[in-house]
Amino acid sequence: MMDKPTLLEIVTAAREFIEQKAIPELTGHTAFHARVAANALAIAEREIQTGAPAAEREKARLTALLGRSGTLDELNRALCVRIGAGEINLETPGLAEHLKLTTLDKVAIDQPSYSGFKSAAARADRGAEV
Amino acid sequence: MSDQPDFKDALFQALRNHLDGVQGMSELKRLSGGASQETWAFELATAKGPQKLILRRAPGGGGREGTSGTGTAVGLDNEAKVIEAARTNGVAAPAVEYVLKPEDGVGEGYVMARIAGETLARRILRDAEFDAVRPKLARQCGAAMAGIHQTNVSGIDALKVVDGPAQLAQYYERYKTYDQPKPVFELAFAWLRERLKAPRQVTLVHADFRNGNLMFHPEIGLAAVLDWELAHLGDPLEDLAWICINSWRFGMTGKTVGGFGSVEEMLAGYVAAGGHAYTPDEVKVWEVFGSLKWGIMCMSMYEAFRTGYDRSVERAAIGRRSSETEIDLVNLLLG
Repeated sequence: MMDKPTLLEIVTAAREFIEQKAIPELTGHTAFHARVAANALAIAEREIQTGAPAAEREKARLTALLGRSGTLDELNRALCVRIGAGEINLETPGLAEHLKLTTLDKVAIDQPSYSGFKSAAARADRGAEV
Repeated sequence: MSDQPDFKDALFQALRNHLDGVQGMSELKRLSGGASQETWAFELATAKGPQKLILRRAPGGGGREGTSGTGTAVGLDNEAKVIEAARTNGVAAPAVEYVLKPEDGVGEGYVMARIAGETLARRILRDAEFDAVRPKLARQCGAAMAGIHQTNVSGIDALKVVDGPAQLAQYYERYKTYDQPKPVFELAFAWLRERLKAPRQVTLVHADFRNGNLMFHPEIGLAAVLDWELAHLGDPLEDLAWICINSWRFGMTGKTVGGFGSVEEMLAGYVAAGGHAYTPDEVKVWEVFGSLKWGIMCMSMYEAFRTGYDRSVERAAIGRRSSETEIDLVNLLLG
């Protein structure tokens, strides 16, 4: 077991340093890349927090959809092959729901401020209320 | 002067030899943006007064390796020819002042006029100074695309025909190469194979007509179409839809065209300027392809990081923007 700080704390400390101390002293391209670096660390923080449970949910849905077990990578590859072959399509029960939920979880980590994420999340909430 | 590039003196010599009345040159300033080409701003002192210019130059001066995302660039010398042809047809674009020659020792590129205006979407979409002109922008963009699509480029042999089905096959192959299974992309490819058809007509297409590459002015609106490096021959719908993809709306999701207007306004401007009467449904098919293509371009830019071609944090992080196009495809295809 590793000592403190936790992985999340390490990444947060690095991001906060870039945002609060480094960026105010930078200009031009270097400032731009520092902002990108801080955003990249924020992705890492969100993935540390929610990545594992999201992957579990994705795997459970894939197992049900494909009727087989395997690693997350194997199951995604199998789904791609079957979509590519036309064996699974939007008529297939569960596919649309799976793709929506999986993508929402991904974008919640990668880019929660993205407008397309907000529209899709709002729609999913409305769907859940019905 | 310590941050001045090593080609500065060579550039000045070349311009003094080829342009009229050049007396001096201010410091070169590297502009951000233009991820695949270097862009430098500078000013020449000439007999007729100061002249504001832009240098577009291949990274490090050398030719492109084609790993930066698209692999379809025509080369900076041909880009200059395409701009001149489009300008001849009345399209607003910066005049090319000089195309660099190998003996100039500056690298590959060209010098063009610097046009006043704004390319930053967040200002164009939100700043009060653009409020008056904003409602006109979609129509103006439609008219500009009609001008591009009616440009005579018969003398520019480097332009290749790459239509919808060809691009779909090309991008599928590239997606497969990256070996990252993405079920949403597989579904989009399957959907498009049934719908993305060969073009009614083959024309010049700009192929990167979107916020960031369009110079807008608070009084006149569209002042210049920039970044012609991906120009090719193909389906006009490629341009009409590219500016509609959600990634280029910068948060103004309700305004399909660049976050500032509607498809209907854009198509009306297109027809009024002599363009073909395309339907919003035809645009939507290409919008799906545009989102998919941008997603794969994000993967390509990450590949440039992974393979060591460009180890910048930007190239690494952009791989995680691929999922924004997945959510757009989910919104477009699954509703």
